[in-house]
Parts: sequence; structure tokens; C-alpha cells
Amino acid sequence: MKKRMKRMVALSFVLLLAVEGLSGCKKNSSSSDGSVEITNVSYDPTREFYEEYNVEFAKYWKDKTGQEVTVTQSHGGSGKQARSVIEGNEADVVTLALAHDITAIEEAGLIEEGWINEFEKNSSPYTSTIVFLVRKGNDKDIKDWSDLIKDGVNVITPNPKTSGGACWNFLSAWAYAKNQYNGDETQIKDFVTKLYKNVSVLDSGARGATTTFVENGQGDVLIAWENEAYLTLDEHPDEFEIVTPSISILAEPSVAIVDSVAKKRGTEEVAKEYLTYLYSDVGQRLAGENYYRPTNTDILKEFSDVFNLDLNMVSIDDFGGWNEAYEVYFQDGGIFDQIYTQ
Amino acid sequence: MEYKLKRIKRRRVIPGFPLSMGITLAMVSMIVLIPMASIIICASDLSLQEFIQIVTAKDVVSGYVVSFSCALIAAIINCIFGVILAWVLVRYEFPGKRFLDGLIELPFALPTAVAGISLTALYSDQGWIGGIFAKFGIKIAYTKVGITIAMIFIGIPFVVRAIQPVLEKFDPQYEEAASMLGANGSRTFFRVIFPEILPAMLTGFGLALARGIGEYGSVVFIAGNIPYKTQIAPLLIMSKLEQLKYTDATAIALVMLVVSFLILLLLNIIQVHATKRTT
Repeated sequence: MKKRMKRMVALSFVLLLAVEGLSGCKKNSSSSDGSVEITNVSYDPTREFYEEYNVEFAKYWKDKTGQEVTVTQSHGGSGKQARSVIEGNEADVVTLALAHDITAIEEAGLIEEGWINEFEKNSSPYTSTIVFLVRKGNDKDIKDWSDLIKDGVNVITPNPKTSGGACWNFLSAWAYAKNQYNGDETQIKDFVTKLYKNVSVLDSGARGATTTFVENGQGDVLIAWENEAYLTLDEHPDEFEIVTPSISILAEPSVAIVDSVAKKRGTEEVAKEYLTYLYSDVGQRLAGENYYRPTNTDILKEFSDVFNLDLNMVSIDDFGGWNEAYEVYFQDGGIFDQIYTQ
Repeated sequence: MEYKLKRIKRRRVIPGFPLSMGITLAMVSMIVLIPMASIIICASDLSLQEFIQIVTAKDVVSGYVVSFSCALIAAIINCIFGVILAWVLVRYEFPGKRFLDGLIELPFALPTAVAGISLTALYSDQGWIGGIFAKFGIKIAYTKVGITIAMIFIGIPFVVRAIQPVLEKFDPQYEEAASMLGANGSRTFFRVIFPEILPAMLTGFGLALARGIGEYGSVVFIAGNIPYKTQIAPLLIMSKLEQLKYTDATAIALVMLVVSFLILLLLNIIQVHATKRTT
């Protein structure tokens, strides 16, 4: 009896493994009928942009090669998306909120070193910045970062430990205070601490924070991606206003080919073209229409009535690059954690 | 053993004890045991000192406290309302009873994120219900109260569904006998009915508690996620994962797993005693 039971157990295991093995056999991405499929793993607020871009790119690719291309999109918090790619979500390209997240994929061995120079402008086809979204009328009279630490001002921003966008928010505030207090670390920290004391909801992602502010009516000011802020204005005209602070940060969302996946699936060519086409006039204009700042300066000028082009912007290099900035500010026990233990 | 197996063999309904046992073992291993073991293996990468350092970090401890305390309160409230709900559904006939009965399971079917978002919209100070409380200066969403409400929502079906079958089988004659022997309403309830449903209630309590402790999807929306105030332990696990600190995340998870297991074990022991007393 015992022997038979053992055999049965073994048999069920083998069966299960066989099923697993069969489903593991992915079909080749480029099939004989001349169509190709690629997956773009992106972050939260790019949804609308890539929806439009994918249509344009499919047209372009069809004209160029006669091949049908289907782009599958995936959106979520930038850090979470990077992790999903590391854990085996087969993305041909990633278009994430910060270079740090792509570096994490590189460190896992999926992207080749030097990806940041593979495309122009640090592999950032479009940039964005951080602005304030306030309720119509701006009752609390919010004009700059210094107004966010006033008593009774309720601020909404996501948690930098779970949201890429929130890292940019934190660093912009830091940059403002650094300028204000001539680099005095204690005073800067004090400023940022006061700011986060005024934060009533610390969502885990940028979209979540927007929902909290817009739909659930929490807070007086949302620290937001510029493009998110404009999208909100489009969707809720006459309810909100955008306030541009005196100092903000040049956010460079980066793009990269996931080399190991693209190689395996034989999609290197189309993946490369997909990202390169972002720099074309069509791609750049589309980015501008979706409130991302085009990196092509001529096209950026076409949108000068939309964007505040005189904004004083610091860049991540002022913080010593992403790896250093992440280590100092957002690692466990870093400055962000210290703010809350005080 | 041999004798028992033979008896099963003679009267089996599902064919093949070895086959069904094999499938059971394979499924349990694949779905429960191996993933659980992987948590322990992954956490064993840490030295004891590192492990203790991670799980006793201030923010982590406060995360446990928030998760466990809110889940406990939610489970207690669920027990009280669960009994009333089950009682109404079993003992009374009213129009729409079937509908209400089906509604109980909705929290199981609804994606937790949907539950979280709608509860938040309802209980924020701009929402229908939250707005009323806001007039009295009571904030519900983005506080621990909000977390507890989300946990009540996801836990209620466990309690109701555990108690319902017991009440259905409970013969009303016992109540009649009790009242004929002169017991008043509350005495009948606490001395006759309550001991009968207590084991089932404990099961429901344990399940609701365990579910609440581990709940992430709905709670993140209604919690303000402010460190040391409304940050739940599962959110800390998520944020460790986001920083690609897998071992840290598993260390926190392991502590939650062990504590939840101990709670369930304790409840099981109490339950066995309670059952002995009534039978």
C-alpha cells in the first residue's frame, strides 16, 4: 500500500511539472505571418501618452517594414515595475520614472551596461518636472515651497520609498531649501521635516496620490508631476490650478531595451526602433501634447505657451547622480526615515 | 492504520485513496508548504543579529502594532455583528433575504483594491458617511479607524458563514425548554445558545483576524500610510520589496507568519475546549 502511495505521489508531481513545462514554452514573438509583439513596461502617468504613441509607432513600423506590431503596455509604480521585470516579467523595453530603477534591472543582469548612452540625452526622450496642483482660487495662497510648511496647509505627496515620482518631489523640496539656507544641512532637514509633517496622506504611488487629492478631496496642495497636473486640469476644468514653484527639478524618465529579453525573443530591432522613434518629430510632439517636455528644443519651443520655460531647474547630477542620492536620502535609515523618527 | 485504510477502500466515494492523497499532498506542497518553506529559507540568509535588528526596527514594530491592533478590534466587532447577521438570516423570513444572504459574500468576490477605493471615497471627510462624522470633528479615512473599517469589511463573511450552519442546525426546542424552565431572554442566549455557537464564532474570529493582519490591498487606500501612525506591516514589506531588499521583507513576513500561526493555534486549542464542554 505504502509503495503504491509513493508512486502516486511521484506521479502527481511529474504530471504537475509537465503541465508547468508545457506552459513555460513561450511561442516565438515574431511569427511567420509578419507580425511582431513587444511589451513596454512603464510607470503610472505615461498611460495616455503611450496609448497614442503605440498607434503612431505601429503605423510607422508598418510603412517601414510591412510588419504589424502590437505593443503591450504595463503600468504601475516605477519601482514595482522594475522589480517585476527583474523577477521575470518579460519586457522588451522599459520606460521608467528614474534611471535608478533601470540601473536596478541592469544590476540584475538583464540590461547591458552603458544603456544610459544608448539613446540621446541620457536616454530621456522627454522630461518633466514637479509642480503644485492647488484647488481653484488657491485659498491658502500657495506660491512656493516655503508656503507648504505653513501651519494648516495640508500637503499630499506619495512615499518616496515606494514611488519614483515621490523621490523627485522630495529632492525638489530639498533643492529649494538648500538654496534658501545656503546649504546649511540642519536647516534644510528642518524645512523638509516640517513639510512632511504637513503631509496627511502618504500614498504608495503617484496615481494614488492624485486620486486622494482629486477624487477624495484631501489636502490643499498636491506635489505632482507636471504632466499629471495638466491631465487633471483637462479632466476637471475649473476645479484646480497649477502653481510653478521658484525651484524645481529636471526629472528625466529614462528608457532602455531589456537586452536579454529582446535577444531571446528576437525583438532587438523593433525594440530599438520603438525607443528611437520617441525622438522623432512625431514622437516628440506627441509627448508635448501629453504634457511631457520634449527634449528636442525646437519642438519644446512650440509648446512654450504650455510650459513655463523659465523655471529654475536643478538636476539629479546636483545630488551626485541617482545611486548616491538614493543611498543618502531614501535607503533604510536615510534622511527620509530620519525625518519620521525625530 | 491498515484496518482503517481497508475500510476506506471498501466504502470510497471518490475513487482511489492513493491517487487522491497523492494529489492532495502535491497540491498542498506546491501551493502552501513550498512557498512557506521558501520564506524561512530566504530569511535564514540573515544572521540572528541582523534578523532581530530588522524585525525590531522602530517603524517595523509600529507597523506590527497597527496591523495587529486594528485586526483584533475588527475581528471583535465582526464577531458581534456576525452573530446578529447570522441570527437574522437564519431565524427570520423577510423579503430580500436571499439577496442579503448573497450580499454577505461580496467582500470575498470584490477585488480588495476596489473595496479600498470605494470605502475611502465613502469615509473620507468629503464622502457621504465620512462627511457626517467630519461635522463632529471625527476623521475616519486616513486614520486607524479607517483601517479597522476596511478590515471589518473584508472579515465579516468569515464570521457569518462560520456561525450560520450551526444556528441552522440548532433546534429551537432548546430555547423553548429554557424559557419553560424559567430562563429569561438573556439567560437563554448566554447559557443555551452562546455556548453552542462559540466554537464556530471562534473559527470565524480566527479567520477574520488572520485575514485582517495580512490585508494589504484595501487597507493601503484608506490608511494614510504615515510612518508610525497609519503604516501597516504589509506595506512595510512592500516598501522593502520595492527597494529590492528581499531578505528584509521576508524577515518581517516571517514574524507575521509566526505570530498569526500562534494566534490561530491558540484559538484552536480554546475551540477544542469549548467544543468539549458543549458535547
